[in-house]
Amino acid sequence: MLKTDGLRYRYEGGDTELAFPDLRMEKGEELLLLGASGTGKTTMLHLVAGMRTPTAGTVNLAGVAFSALPTAERDQTRGRHMGIVFQTAHFVRSLTVGENLALARSLAGCSPDEAAAKTVLEELGLAHKWNARVDALSVGEQQRVSIARAVVHGPGLILADEPTSALDDANTDAVLTLLRGQAERTGAALLIVTHDQRLKDRMSRHVALNPIA
Amino acid sequence: MKAARLARRNVLHRPLETGLSVLLLSFGVGIISLMLLMQRSLTEDLDRNIKDIDLVLGAKGSPLQLILANVYHVDVPTGNIPLADAQKVMRHPYIEEAIPLAYGDNFELFRIVGTEASYPAHYNAQVSTGKMFDAPFEVVLGQEVASATGLELGDTFYSAHGLTDGTDVHRDKAYTVVGTFERTGAVIDQLILTPIASVWGVHEDIEDADEEITAVLLKKKNPLAILTLPNLLRDTPMQVALPAIEMNRLTQQFGIGLQTLRAVALLIMGLSFISVFIALYASLRDRRYELALLRTMGAPPRRLFALVLFEGLWMTAAGIFAGLLLSRLGVMALGQVLADRFHYDVTQLAPVQGEFVLVAAALLVGAFAAGIPARSALRIDISNTLGQGR
Repeated sequence: MLKTDGLRYRYEGGDTELAFPDLRMEKGEELLLLGASGTGKTTMLHLVAGMRTPTAGTVNLAGVAFSALPTAERDQTRGRHMGIVFQTAHFVRSLTVGENLALARSLAGCSPDEAAAKTVLEELGLAHKWNARVDALSVGEQQRVSIARAVVHGPGLILADEPTSALDDANTDAVLTLLRGQAERTGAALLIVTHDQRLKDRMSRHVALNPIA
Repeated sequence: MKAARLARRNVLHRPLETGLSVLLLSFGVGIISLMLLMQRSLTEDLDRNIKDIDLVLGAKGSPLQLILANVYHVDVPTGNIPLADAQKVMRHPYIEEAIPLAYGDNFELFRIVGTEASYPAHYNAQVSTGKMFDAPFEVVLGQEVASATGLELGDTFYSAHGLTDGTDVHRDKAYTVVGTFERTGAVIDQLILTPIASVWGVHEDIEDADEEITAVLLKKKNPLAILTLPNLLRDTPMQVALPAIEMNRLTQQFGIGLQTLRAVALLIMGLSFISVFIALYASLRDRRYELALLRTMGAPPRRLFALVLFEGLWMTAAGIFAGLLLSRLGVMALGQVLADRFHYDVTQLAPVQGEFVLVAAALLVGAFAAGIPARSALRIDISNTLGQGR
């Protein structure tokens, strides 16, 4: 599903170049990308997600030379094959929870299937929030809805950026369970990027990001 | 979800900013459209009433007043002229048609005009019920008069002296309604027509008004009439005035006021487009996470461009729609006032040709005002925007 080779990135005007480990992920696998602050965790995630173009190296997604695609095609390919849970939950604020999920499906090129979207929301315990305004959700609910949005179109790869850093132990377990459950249900690969050491014991495969090479 | 639909939701999500832009634009569009509608009504009305009348003969005084009084029946006449003198002009070889008018009385402020059958014939006014007058004190009512006064065939009434109040009633001779005209759209709708002899009959005992008329509407046979007649009348108490020229002069007087109003309306429209621009620009800064998010969900940059453009067009379209609605309401309100005070009907709501140009121009400028913020939506760096948390 995901294959990265020799990824390097240099910030504009920066004098150091970040080097990242090669990743190999098949469908249904999970991987924890662990690193302290300043090791370029988010940068790596954005390179994988095609939101940045690497200075060197390639990202291959579902057999496509993803990092080499032109911007618009990369956006569309990402929408179809990936679901991303960002550190902070953002939504289209003019739309309801249900409409945000429908939008994710429609942008990914899926057929409009309200029942499928409702099922996902139900599994996250938020079925009653279908018609709620996103501004009216609590922070915890927002995070769950953003997980729902990341999986509602059945992506092959789920990316999560620091999904647990602000949570206590109990909620950390809950969120991890949700992410795993959704990945399992859709057979997706799950890549979590974090500095949260608690996750280390809970996931079998990790890759450590080294300080700047 | 289509970009246009999401754009509409986004626009409605910011009711204050959207409201201000729409309000400003609706005022700009509304004023210009109202002016166009009124201009059409007026020009059509003026032309319909002038209809082939080349010259108006009457007592000396303001030529504009002569026209307003005798063609449009909105001003008092300049005075009366002896029928015998007027006939010299009426029978002039350069004149093809001459319609005498004599009046000075009203019924419920509708003018009672003594004339001949050629007057309604000139305006193609057909008798819809009853018959044409053929004896003194028989009257045929214009359509507006009939509906406003409720007079019916066979009813009788007394006229009041003068044109502007109904207090001084002639109690000696009653008029009898013998017919009503169909609606013509011309001033005849507001008049009560009767043979000239009735007018002379009413005034016999008050003053020596015998054999005097108020004015004659003339149609020329020869263009030289316009040059010859003024000379012919130089040393008489009479004059001829040209409706086309006088009305032209009048609309030019209006013109300065109208130009000022138009400039104000254009200024308001200009402000509204600036407000559309600012509303979108400010909202983009507010929503940069949202737009970056749309990109990560699979919307290519061109879709963000379309989204912001559509948001601008929604606001513009709403403003245009509200403006056209406002101008219609304005015409109906103004029409009511004009109908009440001057018996003048201006209520025409069909679109004017100029309005199509107005709508097209507004959409174009609206698209341009939205285009600049839309372009900046193309350049969002999604990684920087979403990577910094908040």
